[in-house]
Amino acid sequence: MSAQPGSGPQQLAEKALELSRADGAVVMVDESSTANLRWANNTLTTNGVAANRRVTVVSTVDGAEGVAAAAVSQSGVDADSIEALVRASEQAAREAGPAPDARALLGAEAAGVLQGMRWDEAAAATDIEVFAGLAPALGESFEAARANGQLLFGFAEHTLVTTYLASSTGVRLRHDQPTGKLELNAKSPDFVRSAWGGAQTRDFADVDVVALAAGLGQRLDWQKRRIDLPAGRYETLLPPTAVADLMIYLYWTASARDAADGRTVFSAPGGTKVGRRLGVPGLRLWSDPGAAGLESAPFLAAAASSAQASVFDNGAPLAATDWIRDGVLERLLTTRQSADDTGLPLAPPIDNLLMDAGGTASLDELTRATADGLLLTCLWYIREVDPQTLLLTGLTRDGVYKVEGGEVVGVVNNFRFNESPVELLGRITEAGRSEVCLPREWNDFFTRTSMPALRIADFNMSSVSKAS
Amino acid sequence: MPSLDPTFAALPLRELAEAALARARELGVDHADLRSERIREQSIRLRDAELDGVNESVDSGLAVRVVHRGTWGFAAGTVQTPEAAVRLVEQAVRVAEVSAPVNTEPVVLAPEPSHGEQTWISAYEIDPFDVSDAEKIALLSDWSRRLLAAEAVAHVDAHLQAVRENKFYADTNGTVTTQQRVRLHATLEAVAVDEETGAFETMRTLAPPVGRGWEFLQGVGWDWEAELAALPGLLAEKLAAPSIEPGEYDLVIDPSNLWLTIHESIGHATELDRALGYEAAYAGTSFATLDKLGTLQYGSPVMHVTGDRTVENGLATVGFDDEGVQTQQWDLVKDGILAGYQLDRRIAQLKGLNGGRSNGCGFADSPGHAPIQRMANVSLQPAADGPSTAELISRVKHGLYIQGDKSWSIDMQRYNFQFTGQRAYLIKDGELVGQVKDFAYQATTTDFWGAMEAVGGPGTYVLGGAFNCGKGQPGQVAPVSHGCPSALFRGIRILNTVQEAGK
Repeated sequence: MSAQPGSGPQQLAEKALELSRADGAVVMVDESSTANLRWANNTLTTNGVAANRRVTVVSTVDGAEGVAAAAVSQSGVDADSIEALVRASEQAAREAGPAPDARALLGAEAAGVLQGMRWDEAAAATDIEVFAGLAPALGESFEAARANGQLLFGFAEHTLVTTYLASSTGVRLRHDQPTGKLELNAKSPDFVRSAWGGAQTRDFADVDVVALAAGLGQRLDWQKRRIDLPAGRYETLLPPTAVADLMIYLYWTASARDAADGRTVFSAPGGTKVGRRLGVPGLRLWSDPGAAGLESAPFLAAAASSAQASVFDNGAPLAATDWIRDGVLERLLTTRQSADDTGLPLAPPIDNLLMDAGGTASLDELTRATADGLLLTCLWYIREVDPQTLLLTGLTRDGVYKVEGGEVVGVVNNFRFNESPVELLGRITEAGRSEVCLPREWNDFFTRTSMPALRIADFNMSSVSKAS
Repeated sequence: MPSLDPTFAALPLRELAEAALARARELGVDHADLRSERIREQSIRLRDAELDGVNESVDSGLAVRVVHRGTWGFAAGTVQTPEAAVRLVEQAVRVAEVSAPVNTEPVVLAPEPSHGEQTWISAYEIDPFDVSDAEKIALLSDWSRRLLAAEAVAHVDAHLQAVRENKFYADTNGTVTTQQRVRLHATLEAVAVDEETGAFETMRTLAPPVGRGWEFLQGVGWDWEAELAALPGLLAEKLAAPSIEPGEYDLVIDPSNLWLTIHESIGHATELDRALGYEAAYAGTSFATLDKLGTLQYGSPVMHVTGDRTVENGLATVGFDDEGVQTQQWDLVKDGILAGYQLDRRIAQLKGLNGGRSNGCGFADSPGHAPIQRMANVSLQPAADGPSTAELISRVKHGLYIQGDKSWSIDMQRYNFQFTGQRAYLIKDGELVGQVKDFAYQATTTDFWGAMEAVGGPGTYVLGGAFNCGKGQPGQVAPVSHGCPSALFRGIRILNTVQEAGK
């Protein structure tokens, strides 16, 4: 990257702060680069690379009735166009009324040891060459699939975002976030049999697509025997990816403010359910910016205020946070304002989610310990049905297996389920070991998860889906 | 009449195109196109009549797509100079070269006449970005306070999204288009909480997202006054309503709910790229496969569904698509039989449908993404002299009248779906006898449309839709409208969602 003097992301952030006439300002510069490959029917379909610079300017304006704020973001900003963006942000803040989440902006001291760390270094970047090893391996897998009468579908994407966050109160923070994912789907030529596998990675060096494809081939063989089952409640093994998709939804719903307003599953008459038992003893659900392999930003960078996060809290350091500890609801997501309003500690959102319930068994071992039950592959099209219980609906996808006497005996039709992830936590009869996994449903928005497989004695399969 | 944003028109768009397309020809590509886009979006959220957040973003950039020796190549960036455009062409060609070894299906595009220089602007009166934030916030705050004044209402969320999209497109075929469109979506949702039990219910406005300007918030095309006046009473009735008895019901479904069922069970199912497997690993496939074209009994004979990108105020409406194809209207289901698909240039050529010409469904949601086949406005046609909603209700002995969309989910082949709604009224002997709550309807697509006994007349027709239809990897979000009349369905399975939760 050959940056001209004064045109780098750091210089742009400093210039925006110099230009600002607001009472306070936070500037975020996101330098992003991404590369992707997509394939279907054993051939490449689409691909691409893209680079972007997005600048967000948050302006705060003190008024007689309180402090107002507004955020304006723009892509492709350079030294010539930054002033227009700063002015647009100020104008929007002046037209806004007092912000209910208003607080003094944090200073450099709040950022602690992260302050200024690697601030002057250039942004990290990726390009299509990140797939130099993957592309030939894919070609090899297509050949093998063709030879076995199978079809491969899927997608690989690698993104690098470097965020520079600067405030009028002296904060200078920087974070590099790599996000890589691979999804692989194998089908029989009539599309009736289908198997899926996914992986998340920081750099694609650890992704073995040939091995993943071979594993899916074995699953397609399991599917040669088909067993039709009716709707009902079944003992069900949820693999880590399925658990991740359910728990991500729970996490997205965990706003303290919404709970205190009486409108979520975490509401209790007059308050919240913090301190109440939700799950089995030993169950822990947490986030940790330092989690190995799942590293995420150690400070808050919020381009918009919401029920979960406040632009006024930008730069707040993030540390490991237990949402559920030993089965008891421990924290809900708060801003400094909603923390005060609810009497709960400050707990901003963190971009990863982990669960452990004390299990050590692999999914294979859980399967072998199953007398009569269903083994799922993943869940799909998950949507909220009833916020009161957080009832979610969705489908099983790409392989529901019947297990008898510890052996997979065939593939079952798909089902529509209706279940609440909160209710499920109290009905876990066994958990496996926590494993890094790619959430199938939500990986466009949330990828960094580590989850155990769970055994649920009575999972509600509400109706049969003919889909395959 | 709205005019083209002069700051977009002032960009050196033709210079970029000439430089890029000249370089592409030098490199010997089969096809090249260049898009320059600027998408301005604003989101204003209020909570209990106080501003929760105002956010604005501008996404502008340049994208080059090539077909090079039968393989796609795509590259995008944000610098809009001729030199940067030339670099993108070179990058796109390199992407095609890296990808070529794993491509076994040569890309050939369906022919499309060159349309020369074209300008198209959508139908609206007031650009929402010409209205001050202060005025927008004041209106939403006033509406929120009106709802909060009602005893039943504990909380109100108000949300306004506004978008203005500018696109410039030029290709090696000689088509050069400059287009501009705006859209708006405003919602207010009221919450009632029973302090004793902790039970709560919500009720949201039914006003659809529209391809209109600020005039929509001033009452052009929607009666906001009437809707806001009725909302607290409807919410109070819902909170006190009995929980539904699950079982089989006849349904009269209002357009405010039926549009989403059309979107999921017809719109996505008639995308040919899905039916062919190009979305198989992600959004899924379709039960409506190509071998069933012209024979599949999709629904009852009263079912006539069209695709179009031409209807006024439609969210998918545009003059030319992102592959330089002039937009059209065509049949998807006629007399209950599968009659057509949504196409882009590659799949139109691959299967020779529509006379080997795309019907204009190529769309990219941003300058950073390549166009893929995206949904047209897919609409169920009313019966020319069809009944009113009240007449449809009068034909039902034991049923529900459902209004407003809420929860939705459908499987990856578009068979099994489940929908809830904002509210449902029990119908007894042809009369509405009050709301019931905790309902969801569940069915299989062809059974459901096969059970459609009657469609309402043109007087019941409403254009609904969504801003946020997702598809593709990398994920892309598209706006789309769906028009429909009220319609009567016989014998549909109704669930009780509280019982589903095991309570």
